[in-house]
Amino acid sequence: MILGAGTEDSMVIDVVFWTISVSIIVAALAVVHLKDLFRAALFLVVAFLGAAGLFVLLRAEFIAVVQVLIYVGAISVLIIFAIMTTREVEQGNPFNRLRAPAMTLAGLFLAGVLFVVFATEWNILDVAIANGTFSADTTQMIGETFTTTVPRIAALLIRDYVLAFEVASVVLLAAIIGALTLMRDR
Amino acid sequence: MNLENVLLVGAIVFAIGLYGALTKRNAITVLMCIELMFTAVNITAVALSRYVIPAAIAVNPGAVPETAMQSLLTGQIFTIFIITIAAAEIALGLAIVMAIFRNKESVFVTDATEMKR
Repeated sequence: MILGAGTEDSMVIDVVFWTISVSIIVAALAVVHLKDLFRAALFLVVAFLGAAGLFVLLRAEFIAVVQVLIYVGAISVLIIFAIMTTREVEQGNPFNRLRAPAMTLAGLFLAGVLFVVFATEWNILDVAIANGTFSADTTQMIGETFTTTVPRIAALLIRDYVLAFEVASVVLLAAIIGALTLMRDR
Repeated sequence: MNLENVLLVGAIVFAIGLYGALTKRNAITVLMCIELMFTAVNITAVALSRYVIPAAIAVNPGAVPETAMQSLLTGQIFTIFIITIAAAEIALGLAIVMAIFRNKESVFVTDATEMKR
């Protein structure tokens, strides 16, 4: 039961994970390569929904809900609104002259990150639990932490991370005022 | 599904977003690619939060205090703040794009060159 140890390595989870992952990557490629800006925005929504699916698989249900509400609900509507009002849909979505260097840079970045990912000895939680590194109590507490994330995140946000929380509020307020000032008729 | 696979997906999506953000001429697409990069970082943060043992727990695996459990959620807290900042960023970015569009009738980043000297 702890972290769903029985189901976690099952084939169903793997199939779901790779389906979601491939659709995220295809959607991301479509965002970059589609000529029609409006369709690119719709594929961005697919990528956001896929990310929400990954969050559910990673035991972050609250983040998944926030992802759907903010990214799929608000940010994509804002982007589609901007696309419709700037009337650039028919002009297409061209590349600039930096294609080759940008592809090299992105490829080098990907290679570097993948090297770090596969060369690092990760200290994996599930392996430690399977090896019995923790006491039964600790294992129980870890399982409870991942099954009741919402109250824990709430407590952390208004206790340990309260300063960052308040600063984020001020940033949002400044962003609202800045966006209104930029868009105001004068 | 393990940590390496999730990090692989995050890295690929980030690289695609980086490539798009550097190469597209339409400012709205650049913003969309930046959002892709934010999403990739969020996936990575949540995956690390889910799979890697935090230092507060690893330091003494025999007797872990209840208060150390909150460090398991650090990545999720990070993600919440990243999503907040991403929302502020996209609102401001699109406002700037619309302001440029009002003045120049174009949303191409190659047309906004006033500050280039």
